[in-house]
Amino acid sequence: MAAVLAQPGPDPRAVPDPAGAAPAVGALGPRSRRRASSRRRRALLWFLVLAGPNVALLALFVYRPLVESFYLSTMQWNLGSPVARFVGLGNYVEWFTSPATSQVLATTAVFTVTTVGGALVLGLGLALLLDRRLPGRGLARTVAFAPYVLSGYAVGILWLFIFDPRYGLMSAVLGWFGAASPQWYTAEPWPLVMIIVVYLWKNLGYVALIYLAGLQSVPQDLRDAASLDGAGPTRTLRSIVLPLLTPTTFFLTVTMMLASLQSFDIIRSMTSGGPLGSTTTLMYQIYQEGFVNGRAGYASAGATVLFLVLLTVTALQLRYVEKKVHYA
Amino acid sequence: MSLQTSPRPAATTAPATTPTPPTAAPPRPGTGRRRRDPRTLLLDAGGWVTMTAATVVLGAPLLWMVLASLKRPAELYRLPLQWLPEAVDLTSYQNAAQTIPIGQLFLNSVGLTVVGAGLKVILGLCCAYALVFLDVPFRRTVFLVVIAALMIPPQITIIPNYSFVASLGWLNTYQGILVPGLASAFGTFLFRQHFLTLPASVLEAAELDGAGHWRRLWRFVVPMSLPTVAAVGLVAVVNEWNDYLWPFLVVDDPQKMTLPVGLTLLQNIDGMNDWGMLLAATVLVTLPILLVFLVLQRRLVAGLTTGAVTG
Repeated sequence: MAAVLAQPGPDPRAVPDPAGAAPAVGALGPRSRRRASSRRRRALLWFLVLAGPNVALLALFVYRPLVESFYLSTMQWNLGSPVARFVGLGNYVEWFTSPATSQVLATTAVFTVTTVGGALVLGLGLALLLDRRLPGRGLARTVAFAPYVLSGYAVGILWLFIFDPRYGLMSAVLGWFGAASPQWYTAEPWPLVMIIVVYLWKNLGYVALIYLAGLQSVPQDLRDAASLDGAGPTRTLRSIVLPLLTPTTFFLTVTMMLASLQSFDIIRSMTSGGPLGSTTTLMYQIYQEGFVNGRAGYASAGATVLFLVLLTVTALQLRYVEKKVHYA
Repeated sequence: MSLQTSPRPAATTAPATTPTPPTAAPPRPGTGRRRRDPRTLLLDAGGWVTMTAATVVLGAPLLWMVLASLKRPAELYRLPLQWLPEAVDLTSYQNAAQTIPIGQLFLNSVGLTVVGAGLKVILGLCCAYALVFLDVPFRRTVFLVVIAALMIPPQITIIPNYSFVASLGWLNTYQGILVPGLASAFGTFLFRQHFLTLPASVLEAAELDGAGHWRRLWRFVVPMSLPTVAAVGLVAVVNEWNDYLWPFLVVDDPQKMTLPVGLTLLQNIDGMNDWGMLLAATVLVTLPILLVFLVLQRRLVAGLTTGAVTG
């Protein structure tokens, strides 16, 4: 979620004090001092009324559970049970030494790297196509972006049908090329491949549109100059366009990593983490341990690990944003 | 996003010489003339074919879903596959409606989406107004509290939130689905950024006219911010409608479920024996948002590409 911080727009610190607030401050002469202080009290009251509910909800449903999650991770506690036993770092020790963990981490890594890398490469390709003023590009844009706004759970079901080894569209398409359909649902590594394909399909349009916005701010003079200098399209892309797109690529890498690491709906609807845990990512494991196995304390330890991973990714981004501010 | 990667942009260069990027190709002799036309044409033709192919590949699954849901159930299991149904047949939809209370689920989803997105926008507007236009000493701290919440993924908080909501007796209730997700960090942030750009003169005039904060917010600030309100509202609509994990955890009473959770119920009841029924329900989940997207595409895309990340 923190991806928003990298967005264009004024740096909050750089913006001068909002002018609407100016008349509220004193500087009006001695006779209005009493009025000013009552104004200040009124402003405070209004602040509480207007900002209060939102801040209270954040405190209650975002900050409180975050802290409680750290606390729970030191307890042996089953969801709904009245008794909890303090185990210190016991849950973490168990998590880090469990044989299941290495499988979960490997799955998470494969899923994250392939979805992020694949979405970036394919999205950039699509954006380059959409950047040319070709007939029908409006339709292409709409069709590519549409899956991004759809329910991940529903999309998962739709694709399960497409992957049906006997009656699915995919098996028909593979048939055109003379290939037999793999057992998508059951034979490793196909379930994971299936989920990655669906995830890419759902997010491709988003990546393409962000890249497209980046491409459209690459000055045309630069491309023309390169072309005058005899650079072909490939050369222009490699030497001019890609370097200028670096901030976009960085933003997308971070955003897509955060999203991939938290993805749940597609995995839940297509494989439920199986078969034999082969599609269980860290996020899915947290759900599985907490709500299916009821081990809320242990799951909270996993959640803390995930939180630290996400925080690291976000921190990388913030550092980079700071660097960019220095350039500007 | 500023794209100036080199610390010294073109400003220092004489206007006649276009600044050559550090890695650009050295001019090769004999290639100075423009010979773009035939090559560009070929590239465009290739590009068009690729783009069209990509559109077909990306669009086919959605088309397939709608067409398959309109077939007679038995037609789905006939090889070779046919794109078009022999005749439009609504049996799959009837089957879905007989298996789960799909009308109720639809109403639940619509109600929770409208109320949830509406409240979210209102909370965000009020909070952003306070952060921008009310001069109180701890304003900056409150802003940081709001903005830092963006870094806390909702997925991390599900276990404590679940046990809290359970302790309130809110399992299987609408407020249990709705309230924990209401707080607006993303919306508040966007609104604040926009409010900072509003002309101060208008608000000063409003104040001189005796308009209080409440009136200033709804009569002056909000009407000047409608595109941002639309973008934030639409993003909230999409997120609320598609939200799965939280409502799935909180509700197991079919009468209180949202549509995506209903799909799970359908899967659990029938396994994957009746693809037609599952697909019909899938169409009902996806089509409303698809229509919203098609009608309000520009605003929705603007909102979503401003940094919203949907799980």
